[in-house]
Amino acid sequence: MKLTLKVWRQKNSQSQGKFVEYQLDDISAGSSFLEMLDILSEQQVANGEEPVAFDHDCREGICGSCSLTINGIPHGPENGTTACQLHMRHFHDGQTITIEPWRAAPFPVIKDLITDRTAFDRIIQSGGFITARAGTAVDANSSPIAKGTADYAMDAAACIGCGACVAACPNASAMLFTAAKVSHLNSLPQGKPEKDRRALAMVSTMDGEGFGGCTNIGECEAACPKSISLDMIAQLNRDYTTAKVKDFFYLVP
Amino acid sequence: MNLDSNIPEGPLADKWSNHKFKMKLVNPANRRKYNVIVVGSGLAGGAAAASLAEQGYSVSCFCYQDSPRRAHSIAAQGGINATKNYQNDGDSVRRLFYDTVKGGDYRAREANVYRLAEVSSDIIDQCVAQGVPFAREYGGMLANRSFGGAQVSRTFYARGQTGQQLLLGAYSALSKQIGLGKVKMYNRHEMLDVVKVEGHAKGVIVRNMVTGEVSRHAADAVVMATGGYGNVFFLSTNAQGCNVSAAYRAYKRGAGFANPCYTQIHPTCIPVHGDQQSKLTLMSESLRNDGRVWAPKSAEAAEQIREGTLDPNTVVEQERDYFLERKYPSFGNLAPRDISSRAAKEVCDEGRGVASSGLGVFLDFRDAIARDGQPAIAERYGNLFDMYQCITGADPYSTPMMIFPAVHYTMGGLWVDYNLQSSIPGMFVGGEANFSDHGANRLGASALMQGLADGYFVLPYTVGNYLAEEGIAAAGTVTTEHPAFAAVEAEVQGRIETLLSVNGTESPRSFHKRLGQIIWDKCGMARDKDGLTGAIEEIQALRKEFWANVRVVGDARSLNPELERAGRVADFLEFGELLCRDALMREESCGGHFRVEHQTSEGEAKRDDEDFTFVGVWEYKGDDVDPELHKEDLVYEEVKLATRSYK
Repeated sequence: MKLTLKVWRQKNSQSQGKFVEYQLDDISAGSSFLEMLDILSEQQVANGEEPVAFDHDCREGICGSCSLTINGIPHGPENGTTACQLHMRHFHDGQTITIEPWRAAPFPVIKDLITDRTAFDRIIQSGGFITARAGTAVDANSSPIAKGTADYAMDAAACIGCGACVAACPNASAMLFTAAKVSHLNSLPQGKPEKDRRALAMVSTMDGEGFGGCTNIGECEAACPKSISLDMIAQLNRDYTTAKVKDFFYLVP
Repeated sequence: MNLDSNIPEGPLADKWSNHKFKMKLVNPANRRKYNVIVVGSGLAGGAAAASLAEQGYSVSCFCYQDSPRRAHSIAAQGGINATKNYQNDGDSVRRLFYDTVKGGDYRAREANVYRLAEVSSDIIDQCVAQGVPFAREYGGMLANRSFGGAQVSRTFYARGQTGQQLLLGAYSALSKQIGLGKVKMYNRHEMLDVVKVEGHAKGVIVRNMVTGEVSRHAADAVVMATGGYGNVFFLSTNAQGCNVSAAYRAYKRGAGFANPCYTQIHPTCIPVHGDQQSKLTLMSESLRNDGRVWAPKSAEAAEQIREGTLDPNTVVEQERDYFLERKYPSFGNLAPRDISSRAAKEVCDEGRGVASSGLGVFLDFRDAIARDGQPAIAERYGNLFDMYQCITGADPYSTPMMIFPAVHYTMGGLWVDYNLQSSIPGMFVGGEANFSDHGANRLGASALMQGLADGYFVLPYTVGNYLAEEGIAAAGTVTTEHPAFAAVEAEVQGRIETLLSVNGTESPRSFHKRLGQIIWDKCGMARDKDGLTGAIEEIQALRKEFWANVRVVGDARSLNPELERAGRVADFLEFGELLCRDALMREESCGGHFRVEHQTSEGEAKRDDEDFTFVGVWEYKGDDVDPELHKEDLVYEEVKLATRSYK
């Protein structure tokens, strides 16, 4: 198929960006969206210009590197799909496709379609872990975990940290990302001792990074390639409120 | 080259505990004075960096991704083996050890494998303590499933995302240490060379992939956990960024490279769709628990299926050849990867392949769905079925999946001794980057086990032992002011400038593709002398062409993916030759290495234990000089060498 691409080009974080148009012929419907961009890259190299830079790695929907807003939707039109798993059969011959980076102040553009998402790492560093020194753990079956609880933790833990939730949110809120990690760890018995500290620290870091507040719009859930549920945000709000009250009475260790 | 494996004395079962007791320790107060560099943040690197920092060492960790959470360990699907014997089906440390040695076609080092089996249980405990949400039974106990090459259920899993969950566990431990300031993390940094001072590894040269700045980093020890080299084939299940550069640079600085020809072709991947393809997608081996692998008995039926005039669902039972069940009745669809891959290739060579290219066989869930119901199958494999449908547009609940083998894992890697120390003192290698545990073929669900064993339970001890032996007086004494750093940095800069100045007409990706085609054709699932000799010449010619005609656009002082790719392809172009040389040298068939000249009358791999029970270790001798082969003889004290049979 033939396509027209309108791609965001920006030299670096300091410079202004703009949309640039490209024409592509002969894209196969079986190709992935990123393979289509590979072909654009090759075309650009052949013309001696610098190819469009974009983050990508595993190309199987799990590493969370890819971060393209396609026709205004993070990861494109298919539900529950990362951009790397999006295939060209979902587009039609002659279509114009707009490709932008994540748009959110805490994710500054580094170049073209690549943004800096290290704010997510810092949220995790402040509390997204269970302290367990290697080599000291008890037998894995010593504490049974009901299947429902384990499944719920897994639903939350499926987050790939791509940032689509932030890009989709009008407030650029990172609540779904933070909530997924807090819900995963706080729901498990191993995560209980650090439960309150975790909720307080991660929310505080999230706010400090400049992410907006949550106003229950739900765009995050709709854009999430792993279909993480808004319920996680409700869980975070519960855990955070409890922790805050306990903290007021000096009850958080 | 010193290839002393340093296997501890004593009975196999006591070696590791004796060795741990004999190793030297560093006083907790002194540990912060030692700097340790960890390159790579996957299961091995992430776990090692976190564990070393927990112990008190000052750690710097480097990864090329934008976050350590994205290392390619994340893509592992099926599971992780451990000898818990929770299923009460006869598992034990001894059995996992034996299965792994046998699965590796008797080309792994016994003592290392035994240690791996021994610590496997601790890994599960550690991961559960960290909050890894493994699958559970209704009673709350951990669930298991079966994987290829074993007759017990010892594989722990988290849906089809086990690698992701284990990596996120290691990443969370690492993140904690980063937050505490114990680990200095360098995202988007690529290691371009290693620096040796008085024969010991004392640092690395890295490039900041955002600014293009090249910088020096000194340390008392260097841990390499830089993954495998499957992308030498261009198309593989590896992530786009996976490369051999760090390991190959270490090789060029004197580290031995062991068994590069041991590459694993995974039987269950989605077939190639066309020439725009950039990567292949694996469908977890766990699918073979319930899916049955078949091809039509007749080439005519296969042709009709390829042309779309015959619906595979209408092919009657007598016309189907369940070739794994037929050839290997006791292991059936769970025959090991190398064997299953070759069987699929044979079927396609006979013209009985399906998929538009003729390079595919069926993996059919019809019987499992009839037996257990669609909800049960969806519960087990739902996300994999979704992924398959997403990529191919076909629904595997109603029409059989099509699969074909693809390059997946590399058993070869930098040579290491029992302490995981390479032939460069002070340089340790963990995970897929080393060669040690899988012999000539890796069993399913063993890579995650090995990465975490190395990272959590082996390197934290052996690196400490090395540092203690070097002595506290030496801690932190080598700095980046040492002339060795300036010299290596100048070489790195020179290479970048050369790449940018060739100014030819062909892109790095195009060279990569051409290299991959040569290696897949001549050094893929079947190899022979003529093909390999020809491949070596073709690669040499391609390399010359690369340096005369590559076109690298952009500049060195900014984010430049073309420059990154060009550097990696340049190393693949040298490494590919080494891979073929190793395959040419090894005049036998074993595991993933199948030499056409060496097969039984039934077409099975024929080992030559008399002449080839050794690790082939290559030493770099110069750009225009052939590398030198060294041999580490493999001594089997526990396991009796036998013909591997899964019949």
